[in-house]
Amino acid sequence: MGKMPGIVLFKDGKRLDGRGPHDLRKLHIEAGVLEEADGSAYVEWGGNKIIVGVYGPRECIPKHFSDPYKAILKVRYVMSPFASADDHGRSGPNRRSIEISKVLKEAFEHVVLTNQFPRTQIEVYIEVLQAEGGTRVASLTAAAVALADAGIPMRDIISAVAVGKIDGTLVVDLGKNEDNFGESDVPIAITHRDKEIVLLQMDGLLTKEQLEEDIQAAIDASEQVYQEQARALKNSYEKGERGKLKM
Amino acid sequence: MGEEVKDKILREVRKDFLQEQLLSGKRFDERALDEWRPVEVQKGVITTAEGSALANIGGSKVVAAVKFDVMTPFPDRPDEGAFITNAEFVPMASPGFEPGPPNENCIELARVVDRGIRSSEVIDVTRFFLEEGKVLGLFLDLWILDHKGNLTDTAALAACAALLDTKLPKVENGKIIRGQGTQSMEMKYKPLTTTFIKVANNFLLDASHDEEYAKDMSFTVGTVEGMVSSIQKSGQGGLSKDEVMNCVDVALKKSDELRRYL
Repeated sequence: MGKMPGIVLFKDGKRLDGRGPHDLRKLHIEAGVLEEADGSAYVEWGGNKIIVGVYGPRECIPKHFSDPYKAILKVRYVMSPFASADDHGRSGPNRRSIEISKVLKEAFEHVVLTNQFPRTQIEVYIEVLQAEGGTRVASLTAAAVALADAGIPMRDIISAVAVGKIDGTLVVDLGKNEDNFGESDVPIAITHRDKEIVLLQMDGLLTKEQLEEDIQAAIDASEQVYQEQARALKNSYEKGERGKLKM
Repeated sequence: MGEEVKDKILREVRKDFLQEQLLSGKRFDERALDEWRPVEVQKGVITTAEGSALANIGGSKVVAAVKFDVMTPFPDRPDEGAFITNAEFVPMASPGFEPGPPNENCIELARVVDRGIRSSEVIDVTRFFLEEGKVLGLFLDLWILDHKGNLTDTAALAACAALLDTKLPKVENGKIIRGQGTQSMEMKYKPLTTTFIKVANNFLLDASHDEEYAKDMSFTVGTVEGMVSSIQKSGQGGLSKDEVMNCVDVALKKSDELRRYL
């Protein structure tokens, strides 16, 4: 967060990439892109390319982690070392990715009917192959599709989007520069039917009114995200073919 | 997770079944012994990298990405850059893959692919020298996303395609200006690998995941156009000199079929 000298993020009603304040970046989801995983999804959202594989419910390893009353969820979000436009990173989890994995897991614990599968585990593996701002909401959106693709029963589907403030204006679906140099960033995940907020983080400086506006904008925008999730799942069932990955 | 009892039993059942099939000259999917499964290569899939490709052999999917960083040279090679290969068995790729540091199979795969490329001398690390104490390091990442067997050849194909797609980065004042490279790697060969598994004295090219369950050993031949650039015998079984030479013969012919996709 913090201003980047010499760059205007918002001018004449348009953002750096020409979008209006409430426009999403191009969003495309494919379900069932992997053969081995029980469920999978691939999302391209702006410059983000993220793939998700789901296994389970299956035997919980190690056994002493298992819960006699419900399935446990394991979510692993990691960024590949080639995902960022900057230097080659390190592979494997770091403090940031472990926090993201935790909040994503807790979002899904709210909707997955874990009590139907006692003593088992459900694993969600998220690999960010290319990143351009908003990877946690894109990951969550794709993971919801992958869980549905794996046939895991859920009370509702989760759709997520980030909202923020750039040059004093509320904008939806922040890109990388808006994320890095804007004034606030609020990723939100919402269940489709009940409009419950299952992930909410924020940084920046907002008034109470601005925060309320942000949340409403996220609820509105999440409908578009949901439409793409539903389209991807329907498309995969209609086609009936699995394991086709086009990047 | 390790191998469960049910996996061990399944392995034995598959082995028996495959051996029986092979007596009548057939594989699980009716392929000839030296036939590739469907192959697909897509270049330039990762725009944050200097080169990339997605390779698919029979459903096995590997993303290879090439990225350059500025680094200090190794003390014994002060005027040469570095070439570093790393593979990752992403846990989504197979129910048997676990999160965590790379295991021996993963490291073997990375090293076999690395050797095939390194010994074919297609990467001229002297071109990576910038100034005293500063060179370019080429990082080749092999991300295994879906395991349907024969990961080595799929990874080597992705790696070769990614290197062909690679643009050397523009460097100003010892810093990389990302996304502005124009020069290609100028590779004189297309290094690839061709892997066989041995099952009951038959050598099968491009084994599927199911067939790999039944293997006695595997044999990987790294080739460039008309020459052998690396070899790896892996697993417990043994093979004769004639069998080695026969595999090399088939590898030299069959790898050219893969090169058409590059």
